[in-house]
Amino acid sequence: MARAASLAHLVKDAGLAALVALGVGAPLLGLKTDAADRGLTLVPRPGLLLAAVAAVFAGRLLFGLFLANRRAAAARVADAPPRIGPSPYARIGRMVAPVLLALSVLLPVIPGVGRYEIDLGTLVLTYVMLGWGLNIVVGLAGLLDLGYVAFYAVGAYGYALMAKFFDLSFWAALPLTGLFAATWGIILGFPVLRLRGDYLAIVTLAFGEIIRVVLLNWTTLTGGPNGMSGIPRPTFFGLPFSMAGGEGTFAGFFGLEPSPLHRITFLYYLILALALVTNFVTIRLRRHPVGRAWEALREDEVASRALGLSVVAVKLTAFATGAMFGGFAGAFFATRQGFISPESFTFIESALILAIVVLGGMGSQLGVAVAATLMIGGFEVFRGLDEYRMLVFGLAMVAIMVWRPRGLVSSREPSVSLGARRSVGGEHVAEGKG
Amino acid sequence: MDYALQQLVNGLTLGMIYGLIALGYTMVYGIIGMINFAHGDVFMIGAFISLISFLLLGMGGITAVPIALVLVLAIAMGFTALYGFAVERIAYRPLRGSFRLAPLISAIGMSIFLQNFVQVSQGARVKPLEPVVRGSFVLFQGATVTVSISIMQILIILTTLAVLAAFTVIVARTPLGRAMRACEQDQRMARLLGIDTDRTISLTFVIGAALAAVAGMMYLLYYGVIDFFIGFVAGVKAFTAAVLGGIGSLPGAVLGGLLIGLIETFWSAYFSVQYKDVAAFSILALTLLFMPSGLLGRHDVEKV
Repeated sequence: MARAASLAHLVKDAGLAALVALGVGAPLLGLKTDAADRGLTLVPRPGLLLAAVAAVFAGRLLFGLFLANRRAAAARVADAPPRIGPSPYARIGRMVAPVLLALSVLLPVIPGVGRYEIDLGTLVLTYVMLGWGLNIVVGLAGLLDLGYVAFYAVGAYGYALMAKFFDLSFWAALPLTGLFAATWGIILGFPVLRLRGDYLAIVTLAFGEIIRVVLLNWTTLTGGPNGMSGIPRPTFFGLPFSMAGGEGTFAGFFGLEPSPLHRITFLYYLILALALVTNFVTIRLRRHPVGRAWEALREDEVASRALGLSVVAVKLTAFATGAMFGGFAGAFFATRQGFISPESFTFIESALILAIVVLGGMGSQLGVAVAATLMIGGFEVFRGLDEYRMLVFGLAMVAIMVWRPRGLVSSREPSVSLGARRSVGGEHVAEGKG
Repeated sequence: MDYALQQLVNGLTLGMIYGLIALGYTMVYGIIGMINFAHGDVFMIGAFISLISFLLLGMGGITAVPIALVLVLAIAMGFTALYGFAVERIAYRPLRGSFRLAPLISAIGMSIFLQNFVQVSQGARVKPLEPVVRGSFVLFQGATVTVSISIMQILIILTTLAVLAAFTVIVARTPLGRAMRACEQDQRMARLLGIDTDRTISLTFVIGAALAAVAGMMYLLYYGVIDFFIGFVAGVKAFTAAVLGGIGSLPGAVLGGLLIGLIETFWSAYFSVQYKDVAAFSILALTLLFMPSGLLGRHDVEKV
């Protein structure tokens, strides 16, 4: 009886959802504006509208049934005593990181892996590195930065300009781009320190946009919308990769047959090394007083101030460290592409990196790496559906927040603990209050 | 001088549009303390629905301009309000009580979704609309420049003022307005006193979206072209307006909108058009730095 009543209720609920979908879809899905010889004309698309409404009805109904089932199951489990101690997944979880690391180190030598796979791996690792860099700011210090791509851009343009005007090689420029980006992190970070979470987010977004607009319009320096091309390719510690071979090139020096694969593999290992350095520094910094201060600040700004932490210094170091890694990644991007333009540094890019950090579980290094692989890999799989990619991406961001606001890896190992180390469940983790 | 006067007229018109969008930000922020990042895109959807209704009316043979304008306004407000309702229901309501940044991230996702939804369903090209309202009055005949105000600009200013008046009455005089103000002060207490807070929040989003639809229609009529990307920049500027006026303050939002409209117009007229967005974004940063509670906002005391 109750089951029938709840089913009727679910159908009614789904019907209402379908009605809203009809209203929402009618103007934009039901009608399409098309260019005509004079102005625009409307093309009706009743089929598409009906399909969308039917999909919403079915989806809502199934979702309702799923929730009802889960509620019933949860009611049965509720009597069991709460679980204490490490979860059964923890053992498997500990294995994931070493396996992933081994896989990424061995990727270029795995049989059957060609140019395409290595290129994709390089792309994924770039985002892993960016995710780890942003993770310092968002995950550890709890400062929501929506303009992270600005530092990526500063690094990329920094290297391109240094190479163009001062003739610096990639290896000489790399530390400088990190320094340059960190400086920008401090310059942009300083004014926003007093702001609370969401204000800070919008202002960092505004700064990101300002940098992009300046890059777009300062034509004499940056080439404006045409970007900068002819950025020098990286060398193997001074030995260029050249198809011609011969004395003084990478292939010639090691007596190898010249192959385009050399450079691609080298780029792959370069970004892998950069990413691992990011990871290593982050892990070490978390045990350093600075890292502990970041996490304290994330958990409770007022309490950390009361305990004598200098909020300004702590926030600035987080901004600068995150920016520095963004700058390194930017320099790598520039040398890999050989061409950069403001188009690569739009707000969507910031949103993508943020989505990786959030999906991974803020503060979790492993989570970020897995999330970057899933996200960039997913983009690659749906490459043919280019138009719908961002549509699904936006929806996925909402779905992740609704379904798992704490991301894939939501539990957290405390950096410091008294006695036994216990992982903290996602439900007890509070961040972003600052 | 005459040139400046003309810019003043243009700036006021633009400012009215920003003010209407800013109201949506300020209301939502006042009531649940979140930045509705997707609001700019709701504005863009309002503009698209207006465009489609204009075309629909044109094909239906309703060409009398006043009737068409009123009908389009009603259609756009109604359908866009539905978007406001759906967005709140899908992306924000499940996150009430989650950690602070969760709704903002969800809102960013919603914004990306709405932009791409319109891009996929309506195409990425810019959509032109022939001028619906023509004609202008000469205000002032100068030596070199003629200062004029178009009927369109008068219409925008009058419509905005009328909508604002209606809206002020709703907030100040009706039970709904009282419930909204109560939720703004203390949501839990409001619930204890029998106010359906979920419904009130939902209606706040609906009203905000309807106001954004008015802004969208005005934008469409004023500029004559729209595309799926107009919401992002307009949204950030309207948010700047809300912050400048003091977030949570309704008259502040309109005042902030007017100021941003004027600053942007004068900046483009006297300095550079390319950097006009930089001007608006810098004002946002400067306001938050030196005057975080805005022109008409209340000072918040942070409680521990």
